[in-house]
Amino acid sequence: MAPDHSAAGAISPWRLAWLIALKDLRIEARSRVVVYQVLPFAVIVMVMFGFALDDDGIAQRVAPGLIWLATLFSLLVVVQRSFAVEAADGALDALRVAGVDAVSIFLGKALAMAAQLVVLELVLFVTAVVLYGPRVRPGGLALLVVTWVLATIGLALVGTLYGGLTAGFTGRETLLPLLVLPVVAPVLIGATRAVESALGTTGAAVSEGWPWIGLLTVFAGAFGVGGSLAFGPLIDE
Amino acid sequence: MSPAPDPTTHPGGGLAVEFTDAVAIVGGFPVLAGANFHVRRGEIVLLHGPNGAGKTSLLRLCAGLLPLERGQGRVLGLDLVRQRADVRRRVGLLGHGNGLYVDLTVSENVAFWGATVGAGAGEIAAALVRMGLDGRLATVAVGRCSAGQKRRTALACLVVRRAELWLLDEPHASLDAAARDELDDLLRKAAAAGATVIVASHETERAAPLATRQLAVAGGLVVDDTPSPGVGRGT
Repeated sequence: MAPDHSAAGAISPWRLAWLIALKDLRIEARSRVVVYQVLPFAVIVMVMFGFALDDDGIAQRVAPGLIWLATLFSLLVVVQRSFAVEAADGALDALRVAGVDAVSIFLGKALAMAAQLVVLELVLFVTAVVLYGPRVRPGGLALLVVTWVLATIGLALVGTLYGGLTAGFTGRETLLPLLVLPVVAPVLIGATRAVESALGTTGAAVSEGWPWIGLLTVFAGAFGVGGSLAFGPLIDE
Repeated sequence: MSPAPDPTTHPGGGLAVEFTDAVAIVGGFPVLAGANFHVRRGEIVLLHGPNGAGKTSLLRLCAGLLPLERGQGRVLGLDLVRQRADVRRRVGLLGHGNGLYVDLTVSENVAFWGATVGAGAGEIAAALVRMGLDGRLATVAVGRCSAGQKRRTALACLVVRRAELWLLDEPHASLDAAARDELDDLLRKAAAAGATVIVASHETERAAPLATRQLAVAGGLVVDDTPSPGVGRGT
Protein backbone atom coordinates (compact mmCIF):
# COMPACT_ATOMS: atom_id res chain seq x y z
CA MET A 1 0.00 0.00 0.00
CA ALA A 2 2.97 2.30 0.26
CA PRO A 3 2.00 5.29 -1.82
CA ASP A 4 4.48 5.62 -4.61
CA HIS A 5 3.93 7.88 -7.50
CA SER A 6 7.35 7.69 -8.97
CA ALA A 7 5.97 5.51 -11.73
CA ALA A 8 3.04 7.78 -12.46
CA GLY A 9 5.18 10.43 -14.04
CA ALA A 10 7.03 7.80 -16.06
CA ILE A 11 4.00 6.97 -18.18
CA SER A 12 4.27 9.05 -21.32
CA PRO A 13 1.21 10.79 -22.78
CA TRP A 14 1.61 8.65 -25.91
CA ARG A 15 1.58 5.47 -23.87
CA LEU A 16 -1.54 6.65 -22.03
CA ALA A 17 -3.22 7.50 -25.33
CA TRP A 18 -2.39 4.02 -26.60
CA LEU A 19 -3.82 2.44 -23.43
CA ILE A 20 -7.04 4.41 -23.83
CA ALA A 21 -7.33 3.47 -27.51
CA LEU A 22 -6.79 -0.22 -26.71
CA LYS A 23 -9.34 0.01 -23.91
CA ASP A 24 -11.95 1.53 -26.24
CA LEU A 25 -11.29 -1.07 -28.94
CA ARG A 26 -11.51 -3.85 -26.37
CA ILE A 27 -14.86 -2.48 -25.22
CA GLU A 28 -16.04 -2.53 -28.84
CA ALA A 29 -14.74 -6.07 -29.29
CA ARG A 30 -16.82 -7.13 -26.29
CA SER A 31 -19.98 -5.13 -26.92
CA ARG A 32 -19.94 -5.31 -30.77
CA VAL A 33 -22.03 -2.14 -30.93
CA VAL A 34 -20.33 -0.97 -34.13
CA VAL A 35 -20.60 -4.41 -35.74
CA TYR A 36 -24.17 -5.17 -34.76
CA GLN A 37 -25.70 -1.69 -34.78
CA VAL A 38 -23.65 0.97 -36.56
CA LEU A 39 -22.60 -1.09 -39.60
CA PRO A 40 -26.13 -2.31 -40.37
CA PHE A 41 -27.39 1.25 -39.88
CA ALA A 42 -24.83 2.60 -42.34
CA VAL A 43 -25.60 -0.08 -44.93
CA ILE A 44 -29.33 0.55 -44.57
CA VAL A 45 -28.73 4.27 -45.17
CA MET A 46 -26.88 3.40 -48.40
CA VAL A 47 -29.70 1.11 -49.53
CA MET A 48 -32.31 3.76 -48.71
CA PHE A 49 -30.39 6.28 -50.80
CA GLY A 50 -30.62 3.80 -53.67
CA PHE A 51 -34.38 3.54 -53.23
CA ALA A 52 -34.75 7.31 -53.09
CA LEU A 53 -32.66 7.95 -56.22
CA ASP A 54 -34.08 5.04 -58.23
CA ASP A 55 -31.74 5.71 -61.14
CA ASP A 56 -28.50 3.76 -61.69
CA GLY A 57 -26.81 6.61 -63.52
CA ILE A 58 -27.54 9.19 -60.84
CA ALA A 59 -26.74 6.76 -58.04
CA GLN A 60 -23.34 5.96 -59.56
CA ARG A 61 -22.58 9.66 -60.01
CA VAL A 62 -23.43 10.59 -56.43
CA ALA A 63 -22.06 7.41 -54.82
CA PRO A 64 -18.99 9.17 -53.32
CA GLY A 65 -21.20 11.72 -51.58
CA LEU A 66 -23.49 8.99 -50.32
CA ILE A 67 -20.54 7.09 -48.83
CA TRP A 68 -19.41 10.13 -46.88
CA LEU A 69 -22.93 11.12 -45.84
CA ALA A 70 -23.53 7.63 -44.47
CA THR A 71 -20.14 7.88 -42.74
CA LEU A 72 -21.13 11.16 -41.08
CA PHE A 73 -24.42 9.77 -39.82
CA SER A 74 -22.63 6.72 -38.47
CA LEU A 75 -19.93 8.90 -36.92
CA LEU A 76 -22.57 10.45 -34.67
CA VAL A 77 -23.53 7.05 -33.33
CA VAL A 78 -19.90 6.04 -32.83
CA VAL A 79 -19.12 9.28 -30.96
CA GLN A 80 -22.12 8.94 -28.69
CA ARG A 81 -21.20 5.35 -27.92
CA SER A 82 -17.57 6.29 -27.24
CA PHE A 83 -18.53 8.83 -24.60
CA ALA A 84 -21.50 6.90 -23.24
CA VAL A 85 -19.10 4.24 -21.94
CA GLU A 86 -17.15 6.98 -20.15
CA ALA A 87 -20.19 8.69 -18.67
CA ALA A 88 -22.19 5.61 -17.66
CA ASP A 89 -20.34 4.89 -14.42
CA GLY A 90 -18.31 8.04 -13.92
CA ALA A 91 -15.25 6.75 -15.78
CA LEU A 92 -14.48 10.11 -17.38
CA ASP A 93 -14.31 11.67 -13.91
CA ALA A 94 -12.12 8.77 -12.84
CA LEU A 95 -9.76 9.41 -15.75
CA ARG A 96 -9.53 13.07 -14.74
CA VAL A 97 -8.91 12.22 -11.09
CA ALA A 98 -6.32 9.66 -12.14
CA GLY A 99 -4.38 12.58 -13.58
CA VAL A 100 -4.51 11.16 -17.09
CA ASP A 101 -3.51 14.00 -19.36
CA ALA A 102 -6.46 15.37 -21.35
CA VAL A 103 -4.36 15.24 -24.52
CA SER A 104 -3.89 11.52 -23.98
CA ILE A 105 -7.62 11.01 -23.53
CA PHE A 106 -8.29 13.06 -26.66
CA LEU A 107 -5.78 11.29 -28.86
CA GLY A 108 -6.55 7.83 -27.47
CA LYS A 109 -10.25 8.12 -28.03
CA ALA A 110 -9.72 9.66 -31.48
CA LEU A 111 -7.41 6.81 -32.44
CA ALA A 112 -9.94 4.16 -31.41
CA MET A 113 -12.69 6.06 -33.21
CA ALA A 114 -10.56 6.31 -36.37
CA ALA A 115 -9.94 2.56 -36.31
CA GLN A 116 -13.68 1.91 -36.14
CA LEU A 117 -14.39 4.44 -38.89
CA VAL A 118 -11.85 2.81 -41.22
CA VAL A 119 -13.72 -0.49 -40.98
CA LEU A 120 -17.04 1.27 -41.40
CA GLU A 121 -15.87 3.17 -44.49
CA LEU A 122 -14.46 0.02 -46.06
CA VAL A 123 -17.84 -1.68 -45.69
CA LEU A 124 -19.61 1.38 -47.07
CA PHE A 125 -17.28 1.53 -50.07
CA VAL A 126 -17.86 -2.14 -50.87
CA THR A 127 -21.61 -1.60 -50.43
CA ALA A 128 -21.50 1.36 -52.83
CA VAL A 129 -19.58 -0.68 -55.41
CA VAL A 130 -22.09 -3.50 -55.14
CA LEU A 131 -25.18 -1.27 -55.20
CA TYR A 132 -24.14 1.55 -57.52
CA GLY A 133 -21.28 0.11 -59.53
CA PRO A 134 -18.52 2.76 -59.39
CA ARG A 135 -14.98 1.51 -60.07
CA VAL A 136 -11.59 2.87 -59.04
CA ARG A 137 -9.81 4.35 -62.06
CA PRO A 138 -6.20 3.58 -62.90
CA GLY A 139 -4.15 5.99 -60.89
CA GLY A 140 -7.03 6.75 -58.57
CA LEU A 141 -6.18 4.23 -55.87
CA ALA A 142 -3.52 6.40 -54.20
CA LEU A 143 -5.89 9.35 -54.14
CA LEU A 144 -8.62 7.17 -52.71
CA VAL A 145 -6.41 5.83 -49.91
CA VAL A 146 -4.98 9.24 -48.97
CA THR A 147 -8.48 10.75 -48.93
CA TRP A 148 -9.73 7.88 -46.84
CA VAL A 149 -6.93 8.27 -44.25
CA LEU A 150 -7.09 12.07 -43.94
CA ALA A 151 -10.88 12.31 -43.86
CA THR A 152 -11.04 9.57 -41.22
CA ILE A 153 -8.48 11.36 -39.05
CA GLY A 154 -10.36 14.65 -39.38
CA LEU A 155 -13.71 13.09 -38.54
CA ALA A 156 -12.33 11.19 -35.57
CA LEU A 157 -10.70 14.33 -34.14
CA VAL A 158 -13.85 16.43 -34.55
CA GLY A 159 -16.03 13.65 -33.18
CA THR A 160 -13.83 13.25 -30.10
CA LEU A 161 -13.68 16.98 -29.44
CA TYR A 162 -17.43 17.50 -29.64
CA GLY A 163 -18.15 14.21 -27.91
CA GLY A 164 -16.12 15.47 -24.95
CA LEU A 165 -17.84 18.83 -25.08
CA THR A 166 -21.33 17.35 -24.94
CA ALA A 167 -20.51 14.43 -22.63
CA GLY A 168 -21.67 16.25 -19.53
CA PHE A 169 -24.80 17.80 -21.05
CA THR A 170 -28.33 16.55 -20.79
CA GLY A 171 -29.77 16.27 -24.27
CA ARG A 172 -26.35 15.49 -25.70
CA GLU A 173 -27.88 13.04 -28.21
CA THR A 174 -29.61 15.90 -30.04
CA LEU A 175 -26.94 18.50 -29.39
CA LEU A 176 -24.11 16.47 -30.91
CA PRO A 177 -25.45 16.38 -34.51
CA LEU A 178 -26.25 20.09 -34.37
CA LEU A 179 -22.66 20.88 -33.43
CA VAL A 180 -20.78 18.28 -35.46
CA LEU A 181 -22.48 18.24 -38.85
CA PRO A 182 -21.85 21.90 -39.75
CA VAL A 183 -18.24 21.63 -38.61
CA VAL A 184 -17.47 18.57 -40.74
CA ALA A 185 -18.93 20.11 -43.90
CA PRO A 186 -15.39 20.77 -45.27
CA VAL A 187 -14.59 17.07 -44.90
CA LEU A 188 -17.79 16.10 -46.68
CA ILE A 189 -17.02 18.45 -49.55
CA GLY A 190 -13.31 17.72 -49.82
CA ALA A 191 -13.58 13.96 -49.44
CA THR A 192 -16.49 13.72 -51.86
CA ARG A 193 -14.73 15.74 -54.57
CA ALA A 194 -11.53 13.73 -54.15
CA VAL A 195 -13.31 10.36 -54.28
CA GLU A 196 -15.30 11.52 -57.31
CA SER A 197 -11.99 12.14 -59.04
CA ALA A 198 -10.58 8.81 -57.92
CA LEU A 199 -13.63 6.95 -59.20
CA GLY A 200 -14.32 9.18 -62.18
CA THR A 201 -18.00 9.30 -61.41
CA THR A 202 -18.39 12.92 -62.52
CA GLY A 203 -15.87 12.89 -65.33
CA ALA A 204 -13.24 14.76 -63.34
CA ALA A 205 -9.61 13.74 -63.85
CA VAL A 206 -7.70 12.08 -61.00
CA SER A 207 -5.38 15.08 -60.84
CA GLU A 208 -8.33 17.31 -60.04
CA GLY A 209 -8.87 15.43 -56.81
CA TRP A 210 -5.45 16.09 -55.28
CA PRO A 211 -6.02 19.76 -54.38
CA TRP A 212 -8.82 18.64 -52.06
CA ILE A 213 -6.25 16.65 -50.10
CA GLY A 214 -4.84 19.99 -48.97
CA LEU A 215 -8.17 20.94 -47.45
CA LEU A 216 -8.44 17.60 -45.65
CA THR A 217 -4.87 17.94 -44.36
CA VAL A 218 -5.45 21.44 -43.02
CA PHE A 219 -8.70 20.34 -41.43
CA ALA A 220 -7.13 17.33 -39.69
CA GLY A 221 -4.15 19.39 -38.57
CA ALA A 222 -6.28 22.23 -37.22
CA PHE A 223 -8.51 19.92 -35.21
CA GLY A 224 -5.55 17.84 -34.07
CA VAL A 225 -3.81 20.88 -32.60
CA GLY A 226 -6.93 22.78 -31.56
CA GLY A 227 -8.58 19.69 -30.11
CA SER A 228 -5.50 18.79 -28.06
CA LEU A 229 -5.47 22.27 -26.56
CA ALA A 230 -9.21 22.60 -26.01
CA PHE A 231 -10.18 19.12 -24.87
CA GLY A 232 -8.89 19.48 -21.30
CA PRO A 233 -10.78 22.71 -20.49
CA LEU A 234 -13.88 21.34 -22.24
CA ILE A 235 -14.15 18.19 -20.13
CA ASP A 236 -13.17 20.10 -16.99
CA GLU A 237 -16.12 22.48 -17.30
CA MET B 1 -18.34 30.57 10.69
CA SER B 2 -16.86 27.13 10.74
CA PRO B 3 -14.14 26.30 13.24
CA ALA B 4 -10.68 27.35 12.14
CA PRO B 5 -8.17 24.58 11.59
CA ASP B 6 -5.61 24.16 14.30
CA PRO B 7 -3.12 21.56 13.25
CA THR B 8 -0.90 22.30 16.22
CA THR B 9 -3.34 20.50 18.48
CA HIS B 10 -2.87 17.34 16.45
CA PRO B 11 0.48 15.71 16.95
CA GLY B 12 1.86 13.72 14.08
CA GLY B 13 2.91 14.25 10.51
CA GLY B 14 2.09 16.99 8.06
CA LEU B 15 -1.25 17.93 6.67
CA ALA B 16 -2.77 15.97 3.83
CA VAL B 17 -5.59 18.47 3.33
CA GLU B 18 -5.79 22.08 4.44
CA PHE B 19 -8.58 24.47 3.49
CA THR B 20 -9.01 28.04 4.62
CA ASP B 21 -12.21 29.93 3.80
CA ALA B 22 -12.75 27.60 0.83
CA VAL B 23 -15.51 28.60 -1.54
CA ALA B 24 -16.66 26.39 -4.42
CA ILE B 25 -19.51 27.23 -6.76
CA VAL B 26 -21.55 24.87 -8.94
CA GLY B 27 -24.14 26.32 -11.28
CA GLY B 28 -24.05 29.66 -9.52
CA PHE B 29 -24.74 28.06 -6.16
CA PRO B 30 -22.04 28.05 -3.46
CA VAL B 31 -21.73 24.38 -2.55
CA LEU B 32 -18.92 25.31 -0.17
CA ALA B 33 -19.29 28.67 1.51
CA GLY B 34 -16.03 29.38 3.32
CA ALA B 35 -15.13 25.98 4.74
CA ASN B 36 -12.17 25.67 7.08
CA PHE B 37 -10.72 22.30 7.96
CA HIS B 38 -7.62 20.18 7.82
CA VAL B 39 -6.80 16.50 7.69
CA ARG B 40 -3.49 15.07 8.83
CA ARG B 41 -1.63 12.45 6.83
CA GLY B 42 -2.62 8.95 7.89
CA GLU B 43 -5.95 10.00 9.37
CA ILE B 44 -9.30 8.44 8.62
CA VAL B 45 -11.83 11.26 8.73
CA LEU B 46 -15.59 10.87 8.56
CA LEU B 47 -17.65 13.60 6.91
CA HIS B 48 -21.28 13.57 7.94
CA GLY B 49 -24.22 15.84 7.48
CA PRO B 50 -27.60 16.06 5.77
CA ASN B 51 -28.20 15.73 2.04
CA GLY B 52 -26.96 18.80 0.19
CA ALA B 53 -24.66 19.82 3.04
CA GLY B 54 -21.62 19.84 0.79
CA LYS B 55 -19.95 16.51 1.59
CA THR B 56 -19.66 15.34 -2.01
CA SER B 57 -18.57 18.80 -3.16
CA LEU B 58 -15.90 18.79 -0.51
CA LEU B 59 -14.59 15.44 -1.76
CA ARG B 60 -14.66 16.63 -5.38
CA LEU B 61 -12.82 19.77 -4.38
CA CYS B 62 -10.13 17.69 -2.68
CA ALA B 63 -9.88 15.60 -5.87
CA GLY B 64 -9.37 18.68 -8.02
CA LEU B 65 -12.64 18.16 -9.86
CA LEU B 66 -14.22 21.36 -8.57
CA PRO B 67 -12.42 24.67 -8.94
CA LEU B 68 -11.60 26.56 -5.77
CA GLU B 69 -13.23 29.93 -6.34
CA ARG B 70 -12.00 31.69 -3.20
CA GLY B 71 -9.90 30.94 -0.18
CA GLN B 72 -6.88 28.67 0.02
CA GLY B 73 -6.55 24.96 -0.42
CA ARG B 74 -3.64 22.57 -0.27
CA VAL B 75 -3.85 18.84 -0.86
CA LEU B 76 -0.86 16.60 -0.16
CA GLY B 77 1.25 19.73 0.11
CA LEU B 78 0.21 20.93 -3.35
CA ASP B 79 -1.65 24.12 -4.15
CA LEU B 80 -5.11 23.19 -5.36
CA VAL B 81 -5.28 26.09 -7.81
CA ARG B 82 -1.85 26.03 -9.37
CA GLN B 83 -1.05 22.30 -9.10
CA ARG B 84 -4.44 20.73 -9.69
CA ALA B 85 -3.13 18.18 -12.21
CA ASP B 86 -0.49 17.00 -9.75
CA VAL B 87 -3.10 16.72 -7.01
CA ARG B 88 -5.31 14.55 -9.19
CA ARG B 89 -2.48 12.17 -9.93
CA ARG B 90 -2.09 11.41 -6.23
CA VAL B 91 -5.67 11.10 -5.03
CA GLY B 92 -8.33 8.47 -5.60
CA LEU B 93 -12.02 9.28 -5.62
CA LEU B 94 -14.75 6.71 -5.27
CA GLY B 95 -17.93 8.68 -5.82
CA HIS B 96 -21.48 7.68 -6.58
CA GLY B 97 -20.23 6.08 -9.78
CA ASN B 98 -17.59 3.38 -9.66
CA GLY B 99 -15.59 4.61 -12.65
CA LEU B 100 -15.70 1.19 -14.28
CA TYR B 101 -16.26 -0.03 -17.84
CA VAL B 102 -19.14 -2.47 -17.74
CA ASP B 103 -18.14 -4.31 -20.93
CA LEU B 104 -14.69 -5.13 -19.59
CA THR B 105 -14.02 -7.84 -17.06
CA VAL B 106 -13.11 -7.18 -13.45
CA SER B 107 -9.44 -7.93 -14.07
CA GLU B 108 -9.35 -5.84 -17.27
CA ASN B 109 -10.72 -2.84 -15.37
CA VAL B 110 -8.16 -3.18 -12.61
CA ALA B 111 -5.40 -3.76 -15.17
CA PHE B 112 -6.39 -0.65 -17.12
CA TRP B 113 -6.35 1.64 -14.09
CA GLY B 114 -3.14 0.04 -12.91
CA ALA B 115 -1.53 0.58 -16.29
CA THR B 116 -2.25 4.31 -16.09
CA VAL B 117 0.27 4.52 -13.25
CA GLY B 118 2.63 1.87 -14.55
CA ALA B 119 1.55 -0.87 -12.14
CA GLY B 120 2.96 -4.29 -12.95
CA ALA B 121 1.12 -7.58 -13.28
CA GLY B 122 2.09 -8.48 -9.72
CA GLU B 123 0.50 -5.35 -8.27
CA ILE B 124 -2.64 -5.89 -10.30
CA ALA B 125 -2.94 -9.50 -9.17
CA ALA B 126 -2.33 -8.46 -5.56
CA ALA B 127 -5.07 -5.84 -5.72
CA LEU B 128 -7.51 -8.42 -7.08
CA VAL B 129 -6.63 -10.87 -4.32
CA ARG B 130 -6.86 -8.19 -1.67
CA MET B 131 -10.43 -7.33 -2.65
CA GLY B 132 -11.45 -10.96 -3.09
CA LEU B 133 -11.77 -10.58 -6.84
CA ASP B 134 -9.38 -13.28 -7.95
CA GLY B 135 -10.47 -16.60 -9.41
CA ARG B 136 -13.49 -16.88 -11.67
CA LEU B 137 -14.86 -13.48 -10.68
CA ALA B 138 -11.87 -11.78 -12.28
CA THR B 139 -13.03 -12.95 -15.71
CA VAL B 140 -16.63 -11.78 -15.33
CA ALA B 141 -17.74 -8.63 -17.15
CA VAL B 142 -18.38 -5.83 -14.65
CA GLY B 143 -21.85 -5.36 -16.13
CA ARG B 144 -22.74 -8.80 -14.84
CA CYS B 145 -21.42 -8.21 -11.32
CA SER B 146 -23.53 -7.37 -8.32
CA ALA B 147 -23.46 -3.85 -6.92
CA GLY B 148 -21.15 -5.00 -4.14
CA GLN B 149 -18.77 -6.71 -6.53
CA LYS B 150 -18.61 -3.55 -8.62
CA ARG B 151 -17.78 -1.53 -5.52
CA ARG B 152 -15.02 -3.95 -4.61
CA THR B 153 -13.66 -3.71 -8.16
CA ALA B 154 -13.62 0.08 -7.87
CA LEU B 155 -11.73 -0.21 -4.59
CA ALA B 156 -9.23 -2.57 -6.21
CA CYS B 157 -8.67 0.10 -8.88
CA LEU B 158 -8.00 2.60 -6.10
CA VAL B 159 -5.50 0.23 -4.50
CA VAL B 160 -3.65 -0.45 -7.73
CA ARG B 161 -3.48 3.29 -8.50
CA ARG B 162 -1.48 3.79 -5.28
CA ALA B 163 -3.59 6.75 -4.22
CA GLU B 164 -2.16 8.71 -1.29
CA LEU B 165 -5.46 10.34 -0.43
CA TRP B 166 -8.58 8.21 -0.60
CA LEU B 167 -11.82 10.13 -1.04
CA LEU B 168 -14.79 7.83 -0.56
CA ASP B 169 -18.41 8.85 -0.97
CA GLU B 170 -20.76 6.40 0.75
CA PRO B 171 -18.32 3.52 0.31
CA HIS B 172 -20.41 1.07 2.33
CA ALA B 173 -23.40 1.46 0.03
CA SER B 174 -24.39 -1.78 -1.74
CA LEU B 175 -21.93 -3.89 0.24
CA ASP B 176 -23.02 -6.88 2.29
CA ALA B 177 -21.87 -7.32 5.88
CA ALA B 178 -18.76 -9.31 5.01
CA ALA B 179 -17.73 -6.87 2.29
CA ARG B 180 -18.24 -3.95 4.69
CA ASP B 181 -15.91 -5.58 7.19
CA GLU B 182 -13.37 -6.16 4.41
CA LEU B 183 -13.66 -2.52 3.37
CA ASP B 184 -13.12 -1.28 6.93
CA ASP B 185 -10.10 -3.53 7.24
CA LEU B 186 -8.74 -2.27 3.92
CA LEU B 187 -9.14 1.37 4.97
CA ARG B 188 -7.40 0.78 8.29
CA LYS B 189 -4.51 -0.94 6.55
CA ALA B 190 -4.31 1.85 3.98
CA ALA B 191 -4.12 4.46 6.74
CA ALA B 192 -1.58 2.40 8.66
CA ALA B 193 0.56 2.29 5.52
CA GLY B 194 0.50 6.08 5.26
CA ALA B 195 -2.51 6.82 3.09
CA THR B 196 -5.07 9.38 4.23
CA VAL B 197 -8.75 8.51 4.02
CA ILE B 198 -11.76 10.83 3.96
CA VAL B 199 -15.12 9.08 4.05
CA ALA B 200 -18.43 10.83 3.46
CA SER B 201 -21.23 8.75 4.86
CA HIS B 202 -24.73 8.89 6.19
CA GLU B 203 -24.08 5.63 7.99
CA THR B 204 -22.30 7.26 10.89
CA GLU B 205 -22.83 4.30 13.20
CA ARG B 206 -20.95 2.15 10.73
CA ALA B 207 -18.23 4.62 9.79
CA ALA B 208 -17.58 6.36 13.11
CA PRO B 209 -15.67 3.47 14.73
CA LEU B 210 -13.43 3.42 11.68
CA ALA B 211 -12.61 7.11 11.82
CA THR B 212 -10.11 8.99 13.95
CA ARG B 213 -12.06 12.21 13.59
CA GLN B 214 -15.48 13.38 12.49
CA LEU B 215 -16.30 16.55 10.62
CA ALA B 216 -19.91 17.71 10.52
CA VAL B 217 -20.81 19.50 7.30
CA ALA B 218 -23.86 21.74 6.91
CA GLY B 219 -24.69 24.53 4.48
CA GLY B 220 -21.33 24.30 2.76
CA LEU B 221 -19.41 24.76 6.01
CA VAL B 222 -17.57 22.44 8.37
CA VAL B 223 -19.55 23.18 11.51
CA ASP B 224 -18.07 20.70 13.94
CA ASP B 225 -14.74 18.90 14.32
CA THR B 226 -14.66 16.16 16.94
CA PRO B 227 -12.49 13.15 17.70
CA SER B 228 -14.25 9.95 16.78
CA PRO B 229 -15.40 7.75 19.65
CA GLY B 230 -13.63 4.77 18.09
CA VAL B 231 -9.88 4.49 17.83
CA GLY B 232 -10.19 2.96 14.38
CA ARG B 233 -6.53 2.33 13.81
CA GLY B 234 -6.21 -1.37 14.30
CA THR B 235 -4.45 -3.47 11.82
